[in-house]
Amino acid sequence: MRNLAIKAINLTKRFGKSVAVDHINFEVYEGEIFGFLGPNGAGKSTTIKMLTTVLTPSEGTAIVNGYDVIKQPAHVRQSIGVVPQEYTADEDLTGWENMMMMAGLYGIPKKVAEERSKELLEMVELTYAAKRKVETYSGGMRRRLEIAMSLISRPRILFLDEPTLGLDAQTRAAIWQYIMKLKEEYKMTIFVTTHYLEEADMYGDRIAIIDKGKILAIGSPKELKEKIGGDLVSLQTNNDELAIKVVSSIDGILNVKKANDGIRIKVRNGEEKAPEILESLVKNGIKVSRMSITEPTMDEVYMEFTGKRLRDEDASAQEMFAFRRTMRRART
Amino acid sequence: MIEEEKNNYSVFHGLWTLASRELKKWYKAPVILLLSLIQPIFWIGIFGKAMNLGSIFTGTSYNIPGLTIPKQVLDQIGLEILKQTFGTSDYFSFLAAGMLSFIVLFTSMQSGMSIVWDRRLGVLDRILTTPVARGNIIIGKVLSAVIRSLVQATIVLVVAILLGMTFYPGINPLDFLGVYAALFLMAFGLSSLFLMLALRVTSWESQMAIMNLLNLPLLFTSNAFYPVKSMPYWLKPVAYINPLTYSNGVARGLLLGISTNLGLDFLYLGLFALILSTIGIVLSWKYLSK
Repeated sequence: MRNLAIKAINLTKRFGKSVAVDHINFEVYEGEIFGFLGPNGAGKSTTIKMLTTVLTPSEGTAIVNGYDVIKQPAHVRQSIGVVPQEYTADEDLTGWENMMMMAGLYGIPKKVAEERSKELLEMVELTYAAKRKVETYSGGMRRRLEIAMSLISRPRILFLDEPTLGLDAQTRAAIWQYIMKLKEEYKMTIFVTTHYLEEADMYGDRIAIIDKGKILAIGSPKELKEKIGGDLVSLQTNNDELAIKVVSSIDGILNVKKANDGIRIKVRNGEEKAPEILESLVKNGIKVSRMSITEPTMDEVYMEFTGKRLRDEDASAQEMFAFRRTMRRART
Repeated sequence: MIEEEKNNYSVFHGLWTLASRELKKWYKAPVILLLSLIQPIFWIGIFGKAMNLGSIFTGTSYNIPGLTIPKQVLDQIGLEILKQTFGTSDYFSFLAAGMLSFIVLFTSMQSGMSIVWDRRLGVLDRILTTPVARGNIIIGKVLSAVIRSLVQATIVLVVAILLGMTFYPGINPLDFLGVYAALFLMAFGLSSLFLMLALRVTSWESQMAIMNLLNLPLLFTSNAFYPVKSMPYWLKPVAYINPLTYSNGVARGLLLGISTNLGLDFLYLGLFALILSTIGIVLSWKYLSK
């Protein structure tokens, strides 16, 4: 059995009358990338803030690295690294000074701190800008510095709240390269929230879909895709009517439909079922001119569980900032 | 309220890191540093010199019509009036001593702004995830405000001396030490107060409003410009609550030799600093993690 890094037990947060996070339960295993996927205001950031002891849960609790976030917040803080959603480096200080400040806050001796800062800045390729004030950094550079800053204490779990928000596609890919490196080289557990489906799909070992404060589904991207009804097999034949009849009688077929360019078959484990389908069709004298198997996209998975497309909610970075500002005001 | 559990960090963990962060920003921005030096110089140089009551009473050519009172007598009367009112005939020095507390008040007040900015810029979110005790986040800021206040007060003192502030004869280094101790306590209490008020504030506009609401009343209900005994009866109790009254008392007592109850002054300032910083720490436990 794999060791648990995080366990949330009925974790709940209320802000006044509204419930931001509603009795959620989940487990994160050591050494995995756990993606928290959901639209804005779904409760992703609130969850991360409770797990990192910035917010106190209204109900329930979570165990992080074996420590209770309510009873042992200082121990939790000591054992984790956090990259918050906002840029949190001090703009008036240089990258290096920010690193050293973080080291001071974790009580790391100066000599060790200098070594680690050097190594980490090297890793995120910021050595050349270490002596520059952070206010001169670009968005991607700042995000990389944030990651380096949260690694100074060599945490066992790294929390990242929307690490790629507002960045261009290239920079987003680069940030993910660093995150993958941390997982592979340091065997770090990574808890990351995102509202980009492709990211969750590509990089997440397991994903939780959250909406309106509730977890709707948890599993690996593959499991989630299977859960919503398997793969899609598309066929072009010389006799579609007969083909539909034949295919419908095969065991394990979920659904067969006629489309304007052939027939569509929904089936679990499409790759294993396809030869069987082909065989029965040939046996019945039907010629198949074209066949394709497609896995459901994360988009479909998301749609299935939340009843809406995530893209509709995809706001520009500017709208996001305005949104976050309002949220922050609403909370105080 | 959640009590912080025992951990392997000392009580002071992170304090100096946080204080030095703010000090670094302060001394690394020469323009802001320069501006903050100009303000006290203006106050002491222009206000202090222009508001020179001494020149009204002495060395003038007034006389009472019909009576030819010798000038010497008039000057002597003027000096006696000043001495009776202010405890010294040197109003400039009286005011200069008061300016020390004044500059400490204005510098401490800024401390609240820094936490509002830290919150808005996200720096606070980051610090909250590190193993620094909540209370130390506040005390770190208090510490940096206290250090800045004392540096500013020193500049005011030097400028005042250059402009003609005179001490009582026989002044010794211990007197200065005492003045600094009093200013330290007041800065500690005042910056705790303004930080406390800023704990839940998210916009710098509201914090500015709070500061403006409190700064001049604090200044004018103290004995910075005039002694408490010349105040109307309803203002006196307010002046006796105002910590500036006590730090002014110490500064004037030790630097100018104006009689004051030093024991009471220090007791009040000590309690002021202790109580407000304690409340600040307790509230920061409560409000920094919501």
